[in-house]
Amino acid sequence: MADTNIPTIQERTDQLEGIGCKRKRVEDVRFTQGRGNYVDDVKLPGMLFGDFVRSPFAHARIKNINKDSALAVPGVVAVITAEDLIPLNLHYMPTLAGDVQAVLAHEKVLFQNQEVAFIVAKDRYAAADGVEALTIEYEELEPLMDPYKAMDENAPVLREDLEGKTEGAHGPRTHHNHIFTWTAGDEAATQQAFDKADVVVKEYLAHPRVHPCPLETCGSVADMNPITGQLTLWGTFQAPHVVRTVASLISNIPEHKIRVIAPDIGGGFGNKVGVYPGYVMSIVGSIVLKKPVKWIEDRMENLSTTAFARDYHIEAELAATKDGKILGMRSHVLADHGAFDACADPSKYPAGMYHICSGSYDIGAAFCSVTGVYTNKAPGGVSYRCSFRVTEAVYTIERIIEVLAIKLGMDAAELRQKNFVQPEQFPYTSAFGWEYDSGDYPTAMKKAMDAIDYDDLREEQSKMVDDFKAGKSREIMGIGVSFFTEIVGAGPSKNCDILGIGMFDSCEIRVHPTGAAIARLGAKSQGQGHETTFAQILASETGIAADMITIEEGDTDTAPYGLGTYGSRSTPVAGAAAARAGRKIKYKAQLIASHLLEVHHDDLEWDVDGFAIKGAPQKRKSMKEIAWAAYNNVPDGMEMGLEAVDYYDPPNFTYPYGAYFCVLKIDVDTGVYKIERFYALDDCGTRINPMIIEGQVHGGLTEAFAVAMGQLIDFDETGNVIGASLMDFFLPTAVETPHWETDHTEVPSPHHPIGAKGVGESPHVGGVPAFSNAVNDAFRPFGGIQTHMPHTAANIWAYAKSLGLTDQ
Amino acid sequence: MAKRLIKLTVNGDEMEVAVEPRDLLIHTLREQLELTGAHIGCDTSHCGACTVDLDGRSVKSCTMFTVQADGAEITTVEGMAHPDGTLHAIQEAFRQMHGLQCGFCTPGMIMRAHRLLQENPTPTEEEIRWGISGNLCRCTGYQNIVKAVQLASETLSQKVAAE
Amino acid sequence: MIPGDFDYLRPKTKSEALVMLRDGGDEARPIAGGHSLIPMMKLRMAAPEKVVDLGGLADLKHISIEKDITIGAATTQHQLIESGALFDACPILRETALLIADPQIRYCGTLGGNVANGDPGNDMPALMQCLDASYIIESASGKREIKARDFYHAAYFTALETGELITAIRFKTPEAGHGYSYQKLKRKVGDYATAAAAVTLSMSEDNVTGASVALTNLADTPLYVAEAADILTSSPLSADTIKEAVKAAEAMMAPAADGRGSSEYRTRMGGVMVQRAIEAAVERADKTPKKGGLFGWLRG
Repeated sequence: MADTNIPTIQERTDQLEGIGCKRKRVEDVRFTQGRGNYVDDVKLPGMLFGDFVRSPFAHARIKNINKDSALAVPGVVAVITAEDLIPLNLHYMPTLAGDVQAVLAHEKVLFQNQEVAFIVAKDRYAAADGVEALTIEYEELEPLMDPYKAMDENAPVLREDLEGKTEGAHGPRTHHNHIFTWTAGDEAATQQAFDKADVVVKEYLAHPRVHPCPLETCGSVADMNPITGQLTLWGTFQAPHVVRTVASLISNIPEHKIRVIAPDIGGGFGNKVGVYPGYVMSIVGSIVLKKPVKWIEDRMENLSTTAFARDYHIEAELAATKDGKILGMRSHVLADHGAFDACADPSKYPAGMYHICSGSYDIGAAFCSVTGVYTNKAPGGVSYRCSFRVTEAVYTIERIIEVLAIKLGMDAAELRQKNFVQPEQFPYTSAFGWEYDSGDYPTAMKKAMDAIDYDDLREEQSKMVDDFKAGKSREIMGIGVSFFTEIVGAGPSKNCDILGIGMFDSCEIRVHPTGAAIARLGAKSQGQGHETTFAQILASETGIAADMITIEEGDTDTAPYGLGTYGSRSTPVAGAAAARAGRKIKYKAQLIASHLLEVHHDDLEWDVDGFAIKGAPQKRKSMKEIAWAAYNNVPDGMEMGLEAVDYYDPPNFTYPYGAYFCVLKIDVDTGVYKIERFYALDDCGTRINPMIIEGQVHGGLTEAFAVAMGQLIDFDETGNVIGASLMDFFLPTAVETPHWETDHTEVPSPHHPIGAKGVGESPHVGGVPAFSNAVNDAFRPFGGIQTHMPHTAANIWAYAKSLGLTDQ
Repeated sequence: MAKRLIKLTVNGDEMEVAVEPRDLLIHTLREQLELTGAHIGCDTSHCGACTVDLDGRSVKSCTMFTVQADGAEITTVEGMAHPDGTLHAIQEAFRQMHGLQCGFCTPGMIMRAHRLLQENPTPTEEEIRWGISGNLCRCTGYQNIVKAVQLASETLSQKVAAE
Repeated sequence: MIPGDFDYLRPKTKSEALVMLRDGGDEARPIAGGHSLIPMMKLRMAAPEKVVDLGGLADLKHISIEKDITIGAATTQHQLIESGALFDACPILRETALLIADPQIRYCGTLGGNVANGDPGNDMPALMQCLDASYIIESASGKREIKARDFYHAAYFTALETGELITAIRFKTPEAGHGYSYQKLKRKVGDYATAAAAVTLSMSEDNVTGASVALTNLADTPLYVAEAADILTSSPLSADTIKEAVKAAEAMMAPAADGRGSSEYRTRMGGVMVQRAIEAAVERADKTPKKGGLFGWLRG
C-alpha cells in the first residue's frame, strides 16, 4: 500500500536527522546520568586486582627481588616477576613499531616507574599494600637523559637485549642506542634549491615531550575461562581488533578464543592506541589464577609510563627568493623514543606522516630525515590528538615560515598567501610525494583575515610596540597565524598497515523487519559521538531515521574487523564504509521496491526515504515497507533479509586544512599572557553534524593551548620524571581556557563517498603553531626570532629578559 | 583494620554501610554501592571527576574517607534525574548544549553545576568558569559546558518563577 | 593511590580530641578538611596509626569579630569567603581564600589546617604573618599562644609539639579603611603560588602610617618582611620607597627552581607581587569598602 498522505520532502528529510543535522547526541542520555560503562565500572564475580611495583630509578640493574614480604600481606594472592614470564616467553612483547618492550623488567630497568613486578590481590587496597611491601634491590647505573648524547661513543648501553643487532625494523642501526634513520624527499634537488636561493633560514625548533592525558587513565579486565579456554578482555582500547590480534600473537591463544571489548572510553587522544604491560599482565594474572583480574593505572602511572607524545628536536630550513617565493625546505629531526620504540605509526613510517611538513605551500624541493634514539625515558611516541607526527610536521613548517618572514621583512600572512598551493593545482603532488586531494586555501585565508580584521590587529600591535618603547606600557601583543594542511584517514593499504594488516575500516548493517536497524563498525568512539554521527550518515544513505539506527562499536565478537579510532580516521575510513554499506542496502531496497511496485528498477527514483516511480511520486515504497518485504516478499532468486557489509580501503588520505589566528597580550614584567581572541576556520569537507564538529574544534583547541602554553613531561639529570601529576602537568581549567570562535569553508573530498575529511585533530594540529607563533610574534618587533614551547609565564619572561625587555 | 558501620543517606535512601577507616568515599560509592557515575581521574583532588554533593557542599570523594561522611546526606549524579526517568534540567542542558563528549568528567561536572546553581541561581559566565574550576574536562574546552550551565540556570529560574 | 591502614577516632568534643592526640603521640594525626593529609597518605608518604577527625567539633568552627577577630581552626575556606561580616572587617581574608585551590577543596579545607601544616605553598600562613595573627594552641595539658611570625621553622617543621592542636587563630581587627591586597601569581587554578605577597597598610594623606608585608612560597617558610614596614612609613610614599620595600623583600627570598620557574624568576615575581600588592593596597586604602570582593554573590 502506498502512503496516501506523504509528508513533504523537507519534512521527511528533517525527520531522518541525516548528514548536516545538528542532531543531539544519543550517548548523552546515559553519560549525563552516570550510566556510562567504563572499564573500571566492569565488575565480575571473584575479580582480583593487579597493581605494579615500579622502578624508582631510570637506569639500574635489578639485583634481587624478594617476594616473601609482599606475599605475607593479607589479601595478596600472587607476585609475578619477569622470571615467571620467561618460561611463557612473555617477558617481552612486540611493539607497534617493530621493537619489543619489556612487560616486566628483566635484569635491568630502563626508565623510572618501569614495571618490575605485578602484585595480584583480592582488591585494590590489598594490592597497594603488597606493592609497598615488596623489596627489590637495585644497583644504579648511569642514566642517559639527553637524546643528543645518546649516540656518543661512550654513551651507556641501554638495550642489552639488542646487543649486536645491527639491523632494526627500519634499516641499519649504527650505534647501540640508535633505532633508525629515515628519510623522505629528494636530497640532491633540495640542495640545489638551497644553492640557488637568495635567502636561507635555519632554526632549531623544540617540540617537547608531552602526554595525551585523557581524563580516564588506561586499564583492563581480563577473564580467562579455564573451562572453555575463552579469554574476554575489556579495556581502554582505541583499536580493539588490533589488540585482539596482538593478544593472540603474544599469548598463542587462537584469535577466535579471544573477545576484546572496548566499553565506553573516557577520552583517548592517542594514549589508548598502544598495548601496555598492564593489559598483558591482567591476562597473565587471569590465566595463572583462573579468576578475572583488573588493572587500572593511577594518574602518575599514566603520565609517567603510558604513551608520551612528541619529543622531537627539529632543525628546519627554508630557501626562498628575495621576494618571498619558497624554493626548498629541509628538516632534520632527532627523535627521543625513550627506552623502547613503542611509537604507534603505520609500519612503513617510523616517523609517521612527518613528511607532510612542506605544509600548505607549493615548494619545489623538499627533504627530511628523522633519527630515532633510545634514552632512559618511558616509551611511547603516540600521536596526541593528531595523525601520525602531523603536529610536529605542521609546527615545523608553520614556525619556520615565520622565521623566513622575519628574515624577508614580510608580513607572515602575506608570505603564506604568496606560497599557497592554488585551487587549480589540486590534486596536488607535494615534493614529498603526497597527493593533496582538494582545497581552496586562498579563500579560506581571506575569509579568516577578514573575520578577525587582520590589518586592524597589525595596527593595534604596532601602536602597542610604540607605547612599550616609549615607556607608556609594559604590555606587548602577538598575532599568531597558522595555515595548516593535515594528512588524515590512514589509510590506503598501499601505504599503511599495522603489523601487516591494512588500515581499512568496516561497517556492517542489518535492517530489521520493522525498518529499524543496527550497524556495527570497526572504529571505536572515545567521545567523538560515533553513535550519533554514523547513524546520521546511514540515515541519509538508507532513508532510515537516525533515531531508528543503533550504532555499536568496540566488541570484537560482533563488530567487523577495523583498525580503530585515532589519526582522525573514523569519518574518512569507517564513515566511508558506513556510507557504502548504506548504498548496498539501498541498492537491494531498490530491487525489492521494483518487485513490489512491479516496475523496472531503473524506473524508480530515490526520494529521501523510499523509492517512487519516476513521474508518479505518489506511487512509492518507503524503506519501512521495503524492510518488511525483505523478510517475506522478495523477487525470485533474491536472498531474504536486508544486510550489508563494507570494508573500505581508501584510495587516498584526506587533507583537511584551516586558517587559525591567535591574538594575545603579554605582561612583560611577569611573562603572564592573556589570549584576547582565537579564531579557527576549518575546512573538513562535508559536515556531518555541525554541533559535534564545533565541539571537536573547541576541545582540540583547548588541548593545543595546553601543549603550546604549558605541558611538559620533564626529567631531572638523574632520570626522575618531574611533574607527573595534575598539580604540575598543565590541564587548563575553565578559567584559563580562552573563548573560541569557530568558522568554516566546505570543499568536499573528491574521493570520499560523502566528501568528508575528518576534523577531530585539526584544531590541535593547527592550534599549537598558532599559539606558539603568537608568542613569538609578540617579540618580533624587539628582535625575537624563536622561543620554545611550553610558553609558560616563566619561559616567556626569561625570553623577554634575554631580549632586554624586562625591567631588570 | 576492623570494619565499622556508618550511616549514610545516598540519593534519598538511608543505609548502613560497613567500611574500613581507610576506605575512600569514591570506592564506597563505586564498589560497595555500585554507583559508578562518579569517576576517578587524578587521585590527587585536581580533576573533580569524583565530585558528589555532600551535606550541601560539592566534595571530591577521592579525597575523603567514608568514615568522615558518617551521618551525611549524599547526592550523586544517579540521584539527579526525576523519579519518572526524565532528566534533571542540568542533565538536559548538558545534552542540549553539547556540554559533554567522552562523558567521563560529566557526572562530576553536573554535580558541581548543581551546587553552584543552588548558591548562585543566575551566575555570569565568569562566575560559572570560576565555579567549575575544580573540574577538569579534556574534551569540550568548557565553552559548551558554560553554555549548558547558563541554559540550566534559565530553565531552573523559570521553573522557580512558575511555582 | 591507596592509603595505608589506620585507626579512625572521632571525638565528640575538643577536650576529647586533645586527649586522643596526647594518647596517640607521634603516631596520631588530626584531620579536618583532609586535603593535605589524605593525598600524602594515598602516596604513602604519611602513614599515621591513628587519625583523629576534628570534623564533628562545633567548638572549632566559629568566627567572632570584635576588637580582635577570632576564627575557629576548623572554619573552612568556604565559610571565610561566605562571611559578609568578616569581609567587611578584614576583606583580605576572602581575597586570599578565593585564590586557594578550587571550590570543592575550599568547602573542606580549613584555616587551621592551612596554617598548621607548615607547607610553604599554603597561602594563609603568610597572610597570618601579615595580619600579625596569633595561633591559639591547646593540648590535653594546657593552652598557649604563639605568633604566626614565630611559628614556622622550616618546610613542615613548626612550633607545634606532639599532642598539640591549633584551635583558633586571633588577630587584631584591622582599622576601618585600611588598604589590603593579596597578589598571587600561579600557573592555573588549583596551583600553589609561583610567588605571592600579602600587604595591609594604613594611609594618612600621602603617607603610609602602618604597613605589613608577608610572602608565600618564596622560601621554605612563609616570610614576614619586617623591614618593609619601616621603609614604607619612613617617608612619603613614592615609586622609590616601593622599590626599596620590594628590594628588602627580594633579599629574603630563596625559592627553589621548580615547574613554576627558575629561582631567579620566582624571586623577581615575588618582587613584582610585592610591588603590585602595595600599589593595590594604597589604591584601596581609605576608600569606601568595596562591595562583594571578587564575586558579589558569595556574600549570600
